[in-house]
Amino acid sequence: MEFLTNRKRAVGLGSAKEGTGHHWRMIVTSVGLLILVPLFVFTVGPMLGQPHQAVLNYFSQPFPAIVTALTFLVGFMHFKSGAQVLIEDYTGGLTRKVLILAVICLSYGAAATGLFAIARIAL
Amino acid sequence: MVQLTLPKNSRIKTGKTWPKPEGATNTRKFSIYRWNPDDAENPRVDTYFVDMDTCGPMVLDALIKIKNEIDPTLTFRRSCREGICGSCAMNIDGINTLACIYGMDEIKGDVKIYPLPHLPVVKDLIPDLTHFYAQHESIKPWLETKTNAPAKEWRQSIEDRKKLDGLYECVMCACCSTSCPSYWWNGDRYLGPAALLHAYRWIIDSRDEATPERLDELEDPFKLYRCHTIMNCAKTCPKGLNPAKAIGSIKQLMLERTI
Repeated sequence: MEFLTNRKRAVGLGSAKEGTGHHWRMIVTSVGLLILVPLFVFTVGPMLGQPHQAVLNYFSQPFPAIVTALTFLVGFMHFKSGAQVLIEDYTGGLTRKVLILAVICLSYGAAATGLFAIARIAL
Repeated sequence: MVQLTLPKNSRIKTGKTWPKPEGATNTRKFSIYRWNPDDAENPRVDTYFVDMDTCGPMVLDALIKIKNEIDPTLTFRRSCREGICGSCAMNIDGINTLACIYGMDEIKGDVKIYPLPHLPVVKDLIPDLTHFYAQHESIKPWLETKTNAPAKEWRQSIEDRKKLDGLYECVMCACCSTSCPSYWWNGDRYLGPAALLHAYRWIIDSRDEATPERLDELEDPFKLYRCHTIMNCAKTCPKGLNPAKAIGSIKQLMLERTI
């Protein structure tokens, strides 16, 4: 049991002077996805069920390749920030730090894999 | 942190059912949370029957009647009886509200009364608000000035005074903070809707000169940014205020000074 004054317990370690950057990144990626997701659906959607070569040819064009790459990149950066908030909400201590580390690695890894795949098809 | 199950000694058991008042034809059933720290028993829900023909219209009237006529050990806070002091905040029929201004005609079926959720209980319907008040104190809820005090008074235009409407009316009943899941899980670090509404009330006050310091103190992933705009605070506020909007305004100010 800690013998802390009520005020000391409420103030804790004070302000981290951080948070607005994270909030702004969430807004920016949200707006980005608002534009990218419909574009992604309408560019990738017609390719569903098409022959393999037709899909490769389609993604060799700049517009579908760039839209798909941006959707991967912005989507996983949004996922990274959102999942971090989720982890902070529901976990604590070392578990929180390990999970945040894992989700950052997963997000960058998934984004890089997606970009590599698109680049390989497009170039 | 999230705690999805109650500890063993906090699990609620069925309590005593008190007899119906003699000769009463129009009774209503009340299920009320009871816990006494002195008897080392688990919390229980006692059942009371109140004669509605001789009872006032508000939930607090029924509680006072139960205390006066049925069970004098029932413990709850109350004072003004008109929604000004915020003392009688409790969870009635699943909603955090003030018992004095919540009419029994608004409740269908039996009346279920519990203390405000996710706070330590002192006894029966009395929650421990120590941390809640300390958080309120931490946002410095008073006028901070650096300019020498004027000879007469700190003047304020009608327009600037209007900015405080919807903020100054908060009675600190804690209904909003205790309805907020973010406050449930991270109430040790997240300031909660009530403290943040008060923080904005002083940030937006044209006479206050500590806006940068106030924003500095709030810029934190937990103190401020744990608000996910769930809106339970605005839905439950018995005074009809909108703490979520005030929190959104603080976030806008944070962005304005960053971008």
